Amino acid sequence: MIRDITIGQYYATESAIHKLDPRVKVIATFAYIISLFCFSKFSGYIVAALFFGVMVILSKVPFKFIVRGLKPIIFMLVFTAALNLFWSQGETKLISIGIFTITLEGVKKAAYMAIRLILLIIGSSLMTLTTTPNQLTDAIEKILHPLNKIHVPVHEVAMMMSIALRFIPILIEETDKIMKAQMARGADFESGNIFHRIKNMLPIIIPLFISASRRANDLALAMDARCYHGGDGRTKMKPLKYKRVDFIAYVVVITYLVIQQVVVRILPF
Amino acid sequence: MKSFIEANELVHEYSRRDEDGNVIDIKRALDGVDIRVKKGDFVAVLGANGSGKSTFAKHINALLAPTEGTLYVDGMDTSDHDNDIKIRQTAGMVFQNPDNQIISNIVEEDVGFGPENMGVPTDEIWERVEKSLKSVGMYEYRKDSPNHLSGGQKQRIAIAGIMAMKPKCIVLDEPTAMLDPIGRKAVINTVMELNKKENITVILITHYMEEVIGADYVYVMSDGKVKMEGEPRQIFARSEELEECRLTIPEVTKIALKLNKLGVKIPKDVLSVEELTEAVVRLCKGKNIAGL
Repeated sequence: MIRDITIGQYYATESAIHKLDPRVKVIATFAYIISLFCFSKFSGYIVAALFFGVMVILSKVPFKFIVRGLKPIIFMLVFTAALNLFWSQGETKLISIGIFTITLEGVKKAAYMAIRLILLIIGSSLMTLTTTPNQLTDAIEKILHPLNKIHVPVHEVAMMMSIALRFIPILIEETDKIMKAQMARGADFESGNIFHRIKNMLPIIIPLFISASRRANDLALAMDARCYHGGDGRTKMKPLKYKRVDFIAYVVVITYLVIQQVVVRILPF
Repeated sequence: MKSFIEANELVHEYSRRDEDGNVIDIKRALDGVDIRVKKGDFVAVLGANGSGKSTFAKHINALLAPTEGTLYVDGMDTSDHDNDIKIRQTAGMVFQNPDNQIISNIVEEDVGFGPENMGVPTDEIWERVEKSLKSVGMYEYRKDSPNHLSGGQKQRIAIAGIMAMKPKCIVLDEPTAMLDPIGRKAVINTVMELNKKENITVILITHYMEEVIGADYVYVMSDGKVKMEGEPRQIFARSEELEECRLTIPEVTKIALKLNKLGVKIPKDVLSVEELTEAVVRLCKGKNIAGL
């Protein structure tokens, strides 16, 4: 189950999206996510989904791979949808069972929320699937570089992020291993109520923490040994430079935002 | 001539402190170590767990500073922190756990990490990455994620990451302890090739006797002291002393020693199966045993 989280996993292939400057991808993803929350109309989401679909085709990442990122959040999805479904106030009552009333507005709101979340998750997974963590942090470092002037340690934060991303799959594998080891010794993670289950997670969490801090210590030594001394005087193997295609990408994103706004305003649904 | 690496009476103490910062326990990990390594040599440091060999390795890389005594790497004093970066460029270090020393999710970016830190210009970083990946035979994996590689392959990536810094010397701290036999062989062969072809000084820290066979010189450590030193052949012949240091000699050497004890005329310093076979065949021929 936990192996399916695709955020932070890079899918190596050659495509137009992979070749884009990571800054474009970061900014575009942010614009895309914000755009999802700017309206409540189905037509807008259709535009968003179409735009996303084209990006997926351009990226050459198998669709299955992207959708896999949704699996771990299915529970959250259902939960938010249910919450919106039952708690929304509205005029048109559809069904009424006891204290629960489902209104047309509630159904709509739940659907919007679910669609937003799905598009948000798969949208950001597409970014991480097509951008290596190093590129990603390079982009964030470069975008946030002006903050350096007010003494925000931008490089250090970017470095920490990139390392965290690198270790996600390793720690996931480790969790898996620890779980199996504890299960082999009779630990039970499946039965009992929620409190019981949380308590039963302790024998996983403690070894995981110990091993993570050990790894951190090792990694710090290895980085020291490779002359790491912060961002000063550091050069880049893959420096970020905007190319023509990147400007075209910006234009495409802006066009998308404009079309979406126009569609939302013109169409009645 | 001055040695490339020169440890004189090197002492290192780890101290444990309580909450108020008072020293409650001192452990002497290195206790007057004298080790000299010539440029271009392949030197092995053998020792069981807790013998102090890893502590010594960290000293060569200036990750630890001597408590007493001195250590010079290519003429630079490791106790002077201004030298740290230069020393680390001169003597690169490969650690035991391959996962915990790979920084990037892409092989080539990881290899480029060292040169990036050193401020090497972009074009040259690419040249160095290509060259060092080729030198460890991992060039075709340059775009892959290290997570999909085997332990031995990851360790070779780590070696490439050090090679890209163009060091004069590589220190390998138990590089094969977490690998399977095939990975172990590949890593050791890579290291030996770098030593021969690129004339890189190699210091191999290990507790596997088999890996020491190809070395020019061997130091055996136990309890923070250098107990034995010499060429591998001389060292392996002293099996009792080795066992006192909690090391086991290779199976072939053991057989040869036992035969020797029984009065069979076989040299004590046999290191490989081939050598033993040859010695036995020679012996049989001399005695005119039927069939040979």
